[in-house]
Amino acid sequence: MDELVKRHEREDLENKSPSPSDRTKLLGYRDRLERVALEPLAKTGKGFYLVVAVLGAIVLWGLYAYSRQLSSGLAVTGMGNPEARSKVVWGFYIVNFVFFIGISHAGTLISAILRVTNARWRTPVTRMAEFITVVALIIGGSAVIIDMGRPDRVLNMILYGRFQSPLIWDFLAITTYLTGSCIYLFVPLVPDLALVRDRLGSKLSGPRRALYRILSINWHGLPHQWRRLGVALTVMMIVIIPVAVSVHTVVSWIFAMTLRPGWNSTVFGPYFVAGAIFSGTATLIILMVILRKVYHLEEFLTERHFINLGYILAAFCIIMLYFNLQETLVPAYKMADEEPHWFHDIMGGRYSFWYWFYIFGGMLAPALIVLIPRTRKIAGIVLASVLVVIAMWLERYLIVVGTLTIPQTPYEQVSYTPTWVEWSIMAGLFALFSLIVVVFTKLVPVVAVWEMVEQHAEEAGHASVPSVSVGGREPAAAR
Amino acid sequence: MVQPVQIEGVAGKLLLERVCMDNVKTDGVLAGESSKEPQASQGAERQSSKKDRNLITRRRFLCLFGLAGAGAAVASHLPNMSAVAADGETGGGPRRLRRWCMVVDLRRCDGCVGLNKPPRCTEACIMSHYVPDGMEWVQVYRTEINAHSGGTYFFPLHCQQCENPPCTNVCPVGATFATPEGPILIDQQRCIGCRMCMAACPYDRRFFNWGEPNQPPQAKAMAYHPETQQPAYKGTVMKCDMCPERGRAGEVPYCVEGCPRGVIYYGDLEEDIATNGREIIKISSYLARNHAYRYKEHLGTQPRVYFIPGYGEDAGRNAYDPRDSRRKELQWPRGT
Repeated sequence: MDELVKRHEREDLENKSPSPSDRTKLLGYRDRLERVALEPLAKTGKGFYLVVAVLGAIVLWGLYAYSRQLSSGLAVTGMGNPEARSKVVWGFYIVNFVFFIGISHAGTLISAILRVTNARWRTPVTRMAEFITVVALIIGGSAVIIDMGRPDRVLNMILYGRFQSPLIWDFLAITTYLTGSCIYLFVPLVPDLALVRDRLGSKLSGPRRALYRILSINWHGLPHQWRRLGVALTVMMIVIIPVAVSVHTVVSWIFAMTLRPGWNSTVFGPYFVAGAIFSGTATLIILMVILRKVYHLEEFLTERHFINLGYILAAFCIIMLYFNLQETLVPAYKMADEEPHWFHDIMGGRYSFWYWFYIFGGMLAPALIVLIPRTRKIAGIVLASVLVVIAMWLERYLIVVGTLTIPQTPYEQVSYTPTWVEWSIMAGLFALFSLIVVVFTKLVPVVAVWEMVEQHAEEAGHASVPSVSVGGREPAAAR
Repeated sequence: MVQPVQIEGVAGKLLLERVCMDNVKTDGVLAGESSKEPQASQGAERQSSKKDRNLITRRRFLCLFGLAGAGAAVASHLPNMSAVAADGETGGGPRRLRRWCMVVDLRRCDGCVGLNKPPRCTEACIMSHYVPDGMEWVQVYRTEINAHSGGTYFFPLHCQQCENPPCTNVCPVGATFATPEGPILIDQQRCIGCRMCMAACPYDRRFFNWGEPNQPPQAKAMAYHPETQQPAYKGTVMKCDMCPERGRAGEVPYCVEGCPRGVIYYGDLEEDIATNGREIIKISSYLARNHAYRYKEHLGTQPRVYFIPGYGEDAGRNAYDPRDSRRKELQWPRGT
């Protein structure tokens, strides 16, 4: 209803010509936005090099650990320890694989779903969300390769791939999603790349200038270009949603397609998808608050954006609580087979601390922080997000390692203790994730400038700036 | 190929008739009839089962069995695994397809506690297969009879060679596969080491070469074949393969050979006979009369390994014997 009223108001405004003062206000906004968005690309401070050096060092350390693993095999990991007894077959790597693939859902939800539903506040956050998606998918994919006993035979997946295996579904889903996400990141980036080319062209070094010239694929903001952009964006934002849902469903099927107690569950698909969006949103909030501070985006990333994302987070806290109830109560009521081991381990046994932290710290507390008006501030929401990210990582750990330590045959207790190699590689993966994001923020504007200008104009009731409407209609300026 | 195929069929039939006749002659009671007089027939069963253990000597059995397998044995060391997969389908003639299986009679298994040695089946398997360090393809567990009784029994666990194998379903590259004759094999030259099959196995019967396998030089020198799994490759999965090459050659698997108590029977469900190396049983009636079960039957994996419940009573073991097996003392053949 509100939407309709607003639309009418907007149409009314469109009929009037904007007053001169409005126009200057609008141009002022645009100038400020462009300045803030392009500043990181033009100027680079010491802080950036310091961050890159630190992250790079961690990545190199992780690479060293991986080289050790390559030469000695997975025997250097906790999975190869005698106390794991060949029973805990997956450890930190697969935990991180699931975790990062989960994080990658930030992009889809925030960007595609909010774009489809035409949520206006989304514009400043879409770009970051799309970054996270692409980078997290790359990191998640590498985690699987790191986990392989024979990384030299990775091509066998293509040469001998069997469509019956959930791993092949995963391989296909993730590569599709990665391709789609790259396109979905790139398409709305084109006008901004052209902006960089036009505004900063003279200030940049030769290779960088060439880079922007090539990447902006001859964009000049012509009417037919806007039209094509609109069509491409509409197609991509609709296509990417089912692809994203399929990705995490298929990841969950790696586990759910087995007969193991704790994995043998029919709710795993939606449970994983919800968890993925949950952790993705939290990661996005954390990244947003950092970039806001570092790149002075306070005017454009306001408390409203954090609160809106916080509401999504809170909603998913509740959805996740519901899924956990479902996932726990149904088997716990029946206590079939080896299930009692699992419930003993998580409710009162060796994983109980982490499990209850996950429930209270990762879902109840964040929901309360967001829902209580007094704590519903940027700091509170960021705290909630940090809790969520930690808790979701732990949840992945409990699902992967916790389940694998349930005895299936009458054997002695097994345990899994990650070694320095696994810790180092995990640190390397997180550092690589941050490093790519940091470098990315130096290459392209961290907010979608043209979308924000367009949205600002719409909100102010102007149609005088180039804009693109969803659905491939001609932009207002070209009409 | 035609000639040995015919021999096999005839030999199989002969043997089957033989066993059936012997069964009828000595038992007087067939499995189907036993339900009429439960108490009387139970007594008869106990007697007869003792009797038919000695009906056919090992020598005679192996003679027939070996003749049957001779033709196939020629083909047993073909270099590539397509031969393994196609083995059961080639031949042209009306060939009988083996369906290898095992019957583990837990009434006789005392975990080799009586001998004061580590489990001999595991040991024989390790030594003959050059099983890499730390793996027990056949592992002898000790477990409670039930929660109330408190007694224990020994439980030798092989790969169950399921007819609906969860492990082969999930393999992304088809490195592990079911052969027509039953055994689930692994092509370690194709395995990518993702360990999805290990995660999927409800019996935890798959093992991984986490590092470079430490094997003696003779294992390293072998020409690789999925049926022998030698030499072992770093970063790949291994497991009990039910010794199909030995079955074809008319021999029993190493674990059967190594077992001093005749716990493990190895045979062919198709011909309905199995042997523990000394005696022959007619599988169907043996299973029926002795309340056989399959491990985790409810999962629907359809194992090819059957268990006869017991706690080693036929080996003179007491269910409350507190001694565990000495499997911690197992030694692995090492290269250096």
